[in-house]
Amino acid sequence: MRRFGTLVAGAWVLSACGSTETDSTPAAPAEPGAVTSTTDELGDELTSFDAVTGYNNYYEFTTDKESVASLAKDFQTTPWTLTVGGMVAKPQTFALEDLMKQFPSEERIYRLRCVEGWSMVIPWLGFSLQKLLTTVEPTSEARYVRFETVSRPEEMPGQRDDYFRWPYVEGLRLDEAMNDLTLISTGLYGKQLLPQNGAPLRLVVPWKYGFKSIKSIVKIDLVDQPPQSLWMAAAPNEYGFYANVNPDVPHPRWSQSSERRIGELSRRPTLRFNGYAEQVAHLYDGMDLKENF
Amino acid sequence: MRRLSPNLLRIATHIGALVPLAILISDALNNNLSVNPIQELSQRTGKIALILLVLSLVCTPLNTVFGFRQALVLRRPLGLYAFAYAALHLLIFAVLDYGLDPALLREAIIEKRYVLVGFAAFLLLLPLAITSTKGFQRRLGKHWKQLHRLVYLAALLAIVHYVWLVKADVREPLLYGAIVAGLLALRLPLVRGVLKRLRQSWERSHPRKSTQGQRGESDLASSPEA
Repeated sequence: MRRFGTLVAGAWVLSACGSTETDSTPAAPAEPGAVTSTTDELGDELTSFDAVTGYNNYYEFTTDKESVASLAKDFQTTPWTLTVGGMVAKPQTFALEDLMKQFPSEERIYRLRCVEGWSMVIPWLGFSLQKLLTTVEPTSEARYVRFETVSRPEEMPGQRDDYFRWPYVEGLRLDEAMNDLTLISTGLYGKQLLPQNGAPLRLVVPWKYGFKSIKSIVKIDLVDQPPQSLWMAAAPNEYGFYANVNPDVPHPRWSQSSERRIGELSRRPTLRFNGYAEQVAHLYDGMDLKENF
Repeated sequence: MRRLSPNLLRIATHIGALVPLAILISDALNNNLSVNPIQELSQRTGKIALILLVLSLVCTPLNTVFGFRQALVLRRPLGLYAFAYAALHLLIFAVLDYGLDPALLREAIIEKRYVLVGFAAFLLLLPLAITSTKGFQRRLGKHWKQLHRLVYLAALLAIVHYVWLVKADVREPLLYGAIVAGLLALRLPLVRGVLKRLRQSWERSHPRKSTQGQRGESDLASSPEA
């Protein structure tokens, strides 16, 4: 019933938006652009473009993964600004086009492991968050980075449901944010991000569960305390601040020791840090990762 | 409503219960089960089983509260279909999803409380499905009724299973929970007594031409599952 209601509400919003535009013809179906490789560094095949752009967890639109794309199709991503501030020497607000000029995108093929026990291999386009953070010069007190999604309940039907504490917030420890793997993504499959994938700017932290990779970011703040994420607020016993992919830390609902790669039928074992242990395990030396889940 | 032929109702029930299966098969054949088809199959069969189970529990109050006696014959098919979908749901979980992998299944049963209660609900439905025949009803006598009250426990466990499964938003499973709690409340002697008095006074002030209402009432006492 709720899903139906959301769909109806969404359809109403979409039709309302469509009527105000001069060109209301539906856009041609999106197609993938060129990629540099068809596998990740472990030899795993890329997940199909259709699956990557048609099966999305984006609760700002709906909890139904297959309806996000249609509900998000008219989401306005221009103009867009990103404000970077907090404990930094040079706070700055970037227009999207300036940001993309200043930090050219490169392709990064990463595995994405959802906390729900499914995974994909996605050819992202983006730049290391490190480059952006270095530009604004974090002060010595800065310990954590806080990210915030745009708040637009009029375009995002899920945000009109106050079951969750909107807007979506996520956080990283500063050293995690400065790791070269941590990406601000602007595209995938050789093209600009589509709204359902978190356009125009999203985070990608490949060694953490997918919900850490916050979408449609408008604000990044350097802070001295670990930010409370939306999921930590919703279910603190299930979703911790770190949320590193860890087959040894069970979740009450989904198997974290195994996963289903979208497009495959049998389960495969989940890798520690989603297969990126070599690059990131040192960040957690001496930490009990069962305590700090 | 009162005049609907029992056969028509029964046929409608069979069709209604089989249509979701037909849609499931058609979607499976047309590659229409999302890019995560096993999860989709699992969630859909679970939801259908729960809905049918709740519908099977609605039948008795339809008679006791509204005097809609024809609903009583639908309890068995609805309950058996619920059991069949629950069995399919369990098979999909164990065979398709976990590939009968003993290590994964052991981990799931030990670590995942939702698996435990879901499995318990299924185990409770199993003897009810087996003893659903007229023969068993006769042989078990008054014990049959006591045994079949377990269906409420099975439904509550199925709802707990659902609550423990959803990511964060428990409103939908709790809605099913509220429905089952309400249906259970209707079975309490106190509530039943009040409803019966209400109905009798309503019937006295609205006399009907036929005597169906009274017949329903007297049959209630001899009905094996009242």
